[in-house]
Amino acid sequence: MSTEFMLIDNVPVEIAGEKNILAVIRKAGIELPTFCYYSELSVYGACRMCVVEDKWGDIHASCSTPPKAGMEIRTNTPRLRKYRKMILELFLSNHCRDCTTCEKNGKCKLQELAQRFGIKQVRFNNTSGEPDLDTSSLCIVRDRSKCILCGDCVRMCDEVQKVGAIDFAHRGSKMRVSPAFDEPIAKTNCVGCGQCAAVCPTGAIVVRDDTARLWHDISDRDAKVVVQIAPAVRVGIGKEFGLAEGENVMGRIVAALRRMGFDEVFDTSTGADLTVLEEAGEFLARLHKGEKLPLFTSCCPAWIQYAENNYPELMPNISTCRSPMQMFASVLKEHYRHSNRRVVVVAVMPCTAKKFEAARDEFREDGIPNVDYVITTQELVKMIRESGIVFSEVEPESVDMPFGAVSGAGVIFGVTGGVTEAVIRRLADDKSVSALRALAFTGVRGLKGVKEASIEYAGREVRIAIVSGLRNADNLIRQIKSGEKHYDFLEIMACPGGCIAGAGQPVTNEEGRKRRSAGLYDSDRMSSIKRSEENPVIMALYSGLLKGKVHNLLHVEYRRKA
Amino acid sequence: MLLTREDLQNARTQYKTALDAQRTKILVCAGTGCVAGGSLDIHAELVRLVKERDICCDVDLEHEPHDDSVGVKKSGCHGFCEMGPLVRIEPQGWLYIKVKPEDCAEIVAETVIGGKFIDRLAYRKNGETYQTQENIPFYKKQTRLVLEHCGHIDATSIKEYLALSGYAALEKALFAMTPDEIVTEIDESNLRGRGGGGYPAGRKWSQVKRQKENQKYVVCNGDEGDPGAFMDRSVMEGDPHRMLEGMIIAGYACGASQGYIYVRAEYPLAIDRLETAIAEARECGLLGKNILGSGFDFDIAISKGAGAFVCGEGSALTASIEGNRGMPRVKPPRTVEQGLFGKPTVLNNVETFANVPLIILKGAAWYKTIGPEKSPGTKAFALTGNIENTGLIEVPMGTTLKEVIFDIGGGIRGGAGFKAVQIGGPSGGCLTSRHLDLPLDFDSLKKAGAMIGSGGLVVMDEHTCMVEVARFFMNFTQNESCGKCLPCREGTKRMLEILERIVAGQGEEGDIDMLLELADTISSTALCGLGKTAAFPVVSTVKYFRDEYEAHVNEKRCPSKTCQKLRKIFIDATLCKGCSKCARLCPVGAISGVIKEPFVIDAGKCVKCGACIEACAFKAIKED
Repeated sequence: MSTEFMLIDNVPVEIAGEKNILAVIRKAGIELPTFCYYSELSVYGACRMCVVEDKWGDIHASCSTPPKAGMEIRTNTPRLRKYRKMILELFLSNHCRDCTTCEKNGKCKLQELAQRFGIKQVRFNNTSGEPDLDTSSLCIVRDRSKCILCGDCVRMCDEVQKVGAIDFAHRGSKMRVSPAFDEPIAKTNCVGCGQCAAVCPTGAIVVRDDTARLWHDISDRDAKVVVQIAPAVRVGIGKEFGLAEGENVMGRIVAALRRMGFDEVFDTSTGADLTVLEEAGEFLARLHKGEKLPLFTSCCPAWIQYAENNYPELMPNISTCRSPMQMFASVLKEHYRHSNRRVVVVAVMPCTAKKFEAARDEFREDGIPNVDYVITTQELVKMIRESGIVFSEVEPESVDMPFGAVSGAGVIFGVTGGVTEAVIRRLADDKSVSALRALAFTGVRGLKGVKEASIEYAGREVRIAIVSGLRNADNLIRQIKSGEKHYDFLEIMACPGGCIAGAGQPVTNEEGRKRRSAGLYDSDRMSSIKRSEENPVIMALYSGLLKGKVHNLLHVEYRRKA
Repeated sequence: MLLTREDLQNARTQYKTALDAQRTKILVCAGTGCVAGGSLDIHAELVRLVKERDICCDVDLEHEPHDDSVGVKKSGCHGFCEMGPLVRIEPQGWLYIKVKPEDCAEIVAETVIGGKFIDRLAYRKNGETYQTQENIPFYKKQTRLVLEHCGHIDATSIKEYLALSGYAALEKALFAMTPDEIVTEIDESNLRGRGGGGYPAGRKWSQVKRQKENQKYVVCNGDEGDPGAFMDRSVMEGDPHRMLEGMIIAGYACGASQGYIYVRAEYPLAIDRLETAIAEARECGLLGKNILGSGFDFDIAISKGAGAFVCGEGSALTASIEGNRGMPRVKPPRTVEQGLFGKPTVLNNVETFANVPLIILKGAAWYKTIGPEKSPGTKAFALTGNIENTGLIEVPMGTTLKEVIFDIGGGIRGGAGFKAVQIGGPSGGCLTSRHLDLPLDFDSLKKAGAMIGSGGLVVMDEHTCMVEVARFFMNFTQNESCGKCLPCREGTKRMLEILERIVAGQGEEGDIDMLLELADTISSTALCGLGKTAAFPVVSTVKYFRDEYEAHVNEKRCPSKTCQKLRKIFIDATLCKGCSKCARLCPVGAISGVIKEPFVIDAGKCVKCGACIEACAFKAIKED
């Protein structure tokens, strides 16, 4: 087939299967402005910022115009500049302009484009209302007065997560994004995954900020503040401080946290190692008995909520293992049980749903949560900035004893397929290096939404599916229910790509997700302990602290929400 | 149940004989307008009186033909709504206007039994009395093809429709034509979509026909949302089978087996008639499996819209039928490729489908003899505004504006001067006296910067303020914007804000240019057709009446004295006797003074209601 070209600003650009000319234009190195275009979501075509002009002077929205060979497109004509400025002015005329006090300050797309297009003056009355907050959710905060109705959140919630907690209500200039019947978001089927906040171009949906209370506890002399850091955080934070996207900066995080005043710093990967052993054991037991299969993983709190809302009958199939964060938190609380100070357990997570998980009744002891604070990577970035620590110049430090060792298997929990690979490492009879390396090619790695793998175990085939994105999960569950598909083990993560792309992480794109994923696998490769069961900390725990308490501290029975 | 072609032919003959046997037919208009005027009571009363006199009152053509029977029927809209309730007497073709239930006894005694015309119920104009409907100037210049049955047959009876060669086009299509031939015939007829855009129906059909999908749909757009337009409603109410027949033919031609009629819930009567018609057609076997033994299956369902203007846009309409929010989507894919439920869909409006049986029956060559070659056929218009005869009319495409307004419409009401006509509803533009000789067809109007739209014609006299007209339409569009794309959602809001300011006397320098700048942005960048045309009323009124805008903005003056807030009311001291009546009447206490001395109006307080002007016995209160 001969190559097809189109002309973009008089430069020939190859058309290589792009669905719209926006993609071709961006490929050509022109950053057309958009609010409502995400390649992962359906084309909505509402912001009209991406308009281009053809050779006859007709205007097209490039996001929704398919490329054709020989097309001649201009992206920067006087008319287009005029329209874009007018569109921005219209957006701004109905939008809060108190940028300095906005959560999204410096990261707001509207702010960025207004600056890019030199909007110095808005010629219309400002009709944006007072802040219209919905603070009902533990995970996200909505301010409807900052919404520009691009619909990204609505499509994310429906198309990727199949939750559909929010949609458009009302018409014309009264239109707004709202849960059904204008209920607070916490009263809906929202699972707290926060992906709406990750795609929101403005401050209309942001991750809930719990740092103020935490600062207070850190400076409380009577409190012993211990912190655990989730695997995905270490590869998600560096870029915020001028380091490479995906670079593993665990050591710097540890150092920074100490300087901020945290008393003890640990790695959630230790908890992940516990999860591997517990979950592998549980799986084997079920496999032997041949009951409650397939086994679904239980690390992702958004998935747990989704299952509770939509497939309560599947709850027995979900692993009883607590998530790594909760396992580690109960171990920590147990460890410091006799401390003379009030012990505050903090978890730095890539995840907004963890905030909800930490608050669940199942994870409280005498009313006190095992995890006192969940702060997201984004919040950690803010805390580091606020404390004035120059992150890029911090000397890396290692985590504290007695939980100072982690395995590579625990670290890769942060990416889709990681949990599965870690469990397979545990199950595999062949513990050779070559067998370990070969695992990477069984189909468990990569950022695809649905991956399938199968392994041999004790003479039988174990069928595995690895899913990220709740719509993908839902599709698979339907296929399982209809008998179309059969699996023994399913790893489910709500966020596409797994925890590295969690909504608590600084927002990134596909390339960023790849780098973060690579960062975790690099870290695994460099780790001297590859398998969870080889982690001496874990062995010590089983023979010490956990003795007789495994069930109480590491497992959970989710009680259906009232 | 008509199982075969012969069954249909036999039924036609039988019903025709029965219909012809009716000595007199009384057609009581049961369109929405006349029903509101009490025409259903009139119908009931006539039936009662006729039966009372022991005359066979035929309401069902199933009965044995009876030489002396009288048919008392509910007909569809005659179009002459302001003269309603209307009663038509056949075979004479007499028309009685403004009939009341108490007139019924006289109608039965004089007309039905005596065969005499009742003069006092006749339409009169300029001293002349018109007996027959066809001679009335309002009807004389019309060519009623789509509306030919409206007002002339029982709108609730498939039998009457069959008697008048109804479903003969379907018969021809099923048994004497191939689907390809049908599409070619429609294509050659140059039938263009009557919903607004004027897209050639034949081209649309052939595009759907080409799609290789097993499931296709035919959708009829009955979501007539333009203010003042009711052409489609009248067809649905008055001749529902004609539209169904068009849809079935479209289904056969394009390979669809399911049709949907999207009709707004504000048209309860139309929905009622359509439901009756669909049930009757199913009962006769003209809808359902194996229609007339041809092997072709087709059925139709009604989907009620909640009255959003935007749901007249194709993709919003199909989304609404699917149960989703009625919002236009980006194209491609187009409706012909992925329409309703993602399947290829023929989407035409009511009037377009109603044209189809005529074309199939009489041929494309005949059709093209009516109106201009490129946009042939007739067009129904809803005439409203400051015009003598308001109502529903149908004229050949290419009829001039002058003929419509002055010959059929009877000119401007009250003898005032003609100023402009808004054509095509809120998406259209205004035409002025310089356009009076403009032929009304798709292409000529497009050239003049207006559009036929669905066919609303709002006539305005010299006392109309064009800025206020623009504000009115912008208010409508702004309210009806779905809110999806920014230019339409925010742009129309800002335009309305500016227009409201201007008519309130707070216009600022630069306002007119800002309106045009916003209009340009909206027209060029909005997502859907309705958004792109949202600013047209403003653009065309600025184009033709910029001086009025300037008077409002610069001089704070409304040349036609309609903008209330711009009225300047004062008391002529030389005429005022100081009686204080006005001061007592003023609702805001803006008038004060000493008895027997001239009173004054405090302009700051005055709300310009004009109550004082009417009250003053000495005509001392005047308006600038």
